[in-house]
Amino acid sequence: MARAVQAQTAHEGARTDNGGPNFARWVSIAIVVLFTFLTLFPLYWALRTAFSTQRLLLAEPGNLLPVGFTVDSFRQALGLTTASESVAAGGSGRTFDFWRYLLNTTIVSVSVAVGEVFFSAMAAYAFARLRFPLRNQIFTMFIAALMVPSIVLLIPNFVLIYDLGWINTYQGIIAPTLLMSPYAVFFLRQFFLGVNRDLEEAARLDGAGYFEVFWRIILPICSGPMLTLGIIVFITQWNDYLWPFLVGRDESVRVLTVALSVFRSQTPQGSPDWPGLMAGTLLASVPIILIFAFLGKRLANSIQFTGVK
Amino acid sequence: MGTVPSAISAPRRATSQSMLAGWRRRETLAAWLFILPALVGFLVFFAVPAVRGVFISFTDWDLLTSPEQVGTENYRELWQDDDFRHAIKVTFLYVLWNIPLQTVLALGIAIIFDRFVRGSGIRSLLLLPWLMPNVVIALLFLWLLDPGIGIVNYFLDLVGLPEQSFFGSVDQALPTIAGVNIWRYTGYTALLFLAGIQRIPKDLYEAGALDGASESRMFMNITLPLLRPVMTFVLVTSIVGSFQIYDTIAVTTQGGPVDATRVLYWFIYQEAFERYNFGYATAAAMLLFLFLVTISLIQMKLMRANESDLA
Repeated sequence: MARAVQAQTAHEGARTDNGGPNFARWVSIAIVVLFTFLTLFPLYWALRTAFSTQRLLLAEPGNLLPVGFTVDSFRQALGLTTASESVAAGGSGRTFDFWRYLLNTTIVSVSVAVGEVFFSAMAAYAFARLRFPLRNQIFTMFIAALMVPSIVLLIPNFVLIYDLGWINTYQGIIAPTLLMSPYAVFFLRQFFLGVNRDLEEAARLDGAGYFEVFWRIILPICSGPMLTLGIIVFITQWNDYLWPFLVGRDESVRVLTVALSVFRSQTPQGSPDWPGLMAGTLLASVPIILIFAFLGKRLANSIQFTGVK
Repeated sequence: MGTVPSAISAPRRATSQSMLAGWRRRETLAAWLFILPALVGFLVFFAVPAVRGVFISFTDWDLLTSPEQVGTENYRELWQDDDFRHAIKVTFLYVLWNIPLQTVLALGIAIIFDRFVRGSGIRSLLLLPWLMPNVVIALLFLWLLDPGIGIVNYFLDLVGLPEQSFFGSVDQALPTIAGVNIWRYTGYTALLFLAGIQRIPKDLYEAGALDGASESRMFMNITLPLLRPVMTFVLVTSIVGSFQIYDTIAVTTQGGPVDATRVLYWFIYQEAFERYNFGYATAAAMLLFLFLVTISLIQMKLMRANESDLA
């Protein structure tokens, strides 16, 4: 639209000096600045708080810089201090086994991202390229599953995991999303349909099998969209809370989101260990922030693409 | 692949046909192997649970003893359950606090970004809140909005306003949670709108400007109508998502204070995992599901989702 606006302002050239378009421009810039501030301030405030000393926060709630600068909350969260040390500093003294939760979250998120994308890609390839009985019916069923809200599946799936004896295991957390998601199959099929068939047919004539074509041709050509999808699946899994809370509350498989909510509910009413809690939330968000920093543009493009399609 | 056998010359038709059949059989076999893992995942964790959910909803079941068939009893009981009605009311109120404001803000931001923001760095910033875990965001706002020493109340105090308890107040808790999610989703929604706006042909605006149409008229007569497919997608997905509000409430208010934020998801969660009424909770989930499907279909019908005025 920008070009249109330029054309328009040129057309209205004589009228620009009455302040109309310029005024709108300044208001808009002010809104963008305000929006940026509102987006970033909560994150800054978490950072400022995490570097503050718990005892001193009450005295200077409005200080925009850390109060009594210290890295103790991070050291505590990373397990670099003893509990008594942190109590002395005014912390809650509860253990937050960050490395354990980080490992759990990473195992769960990476397996789901790799498994879901790979198996969904295999199915999507069959739906896009191969002819077989019931193809359209099965695909329609997959797509219909997009409409089913998670709560409907939550209880039956919980019962299933419970019956399998998989409560408090990695496989219990991972299983429901490891083999497919309707969204992933749909997303990848769209991409595969757009790939030129010539390369595949040439490879088939050279005697390559279906799997070879898929592995050697389709996957490399579509590595971009597959990476994007993998990142989205990874982040979704990293952020997931309710399912891992239901089936994986035990310390041994507890993921970061669950650990943070448990840590928060353990703190006695009145004086939560805010610096500790903020240090924990920031550490739990580090991979997300890294992904945002390096791949934010790519994700923004892909989401715009899905929205318009 | 179908073109290859037909290229073989006529005298060898018989062989080619058996070869064709062989190819087909191999293709079918390969296809089933390709979809096998996803099909297993779909059947075990989507299709069977969905059907099983229907059966569970007709039972009285605490998971430890064997389920007792009760017919439609759960549904009849839900119909008369004041707690369930309250949860429906609270959920609707939440959606009303959440969606209109979020959609209008997102549309406004999309328009401003379209005109005045170059550079995709700041555009990706729209995405940042959406990428963060719900739990993290809930904790951040719990701290920002703390009644005693939270920074927001500090600012309110500076400009002479009284202290607000936000999550702790019966009247404010629900709008506060809506506000947190507006913070999380506005940028993402704006990004979708932005994609739609950028696809509208520029010459429409140029023509409008030549005809002397005002900005607001062009917005009403060009932008909004042509944005309809994106608008439908945004409204359907965000309303369906909004009815499923859970994480923020679980971390902050846990349904309180005095049930002020006891939404449907929280009601279902408590029935199932705190009171072990799995049949009753599943029946409530089924009703929510039917309701969500209905409003999605109505919305798509109303907004003629599949037609684009650009086509």
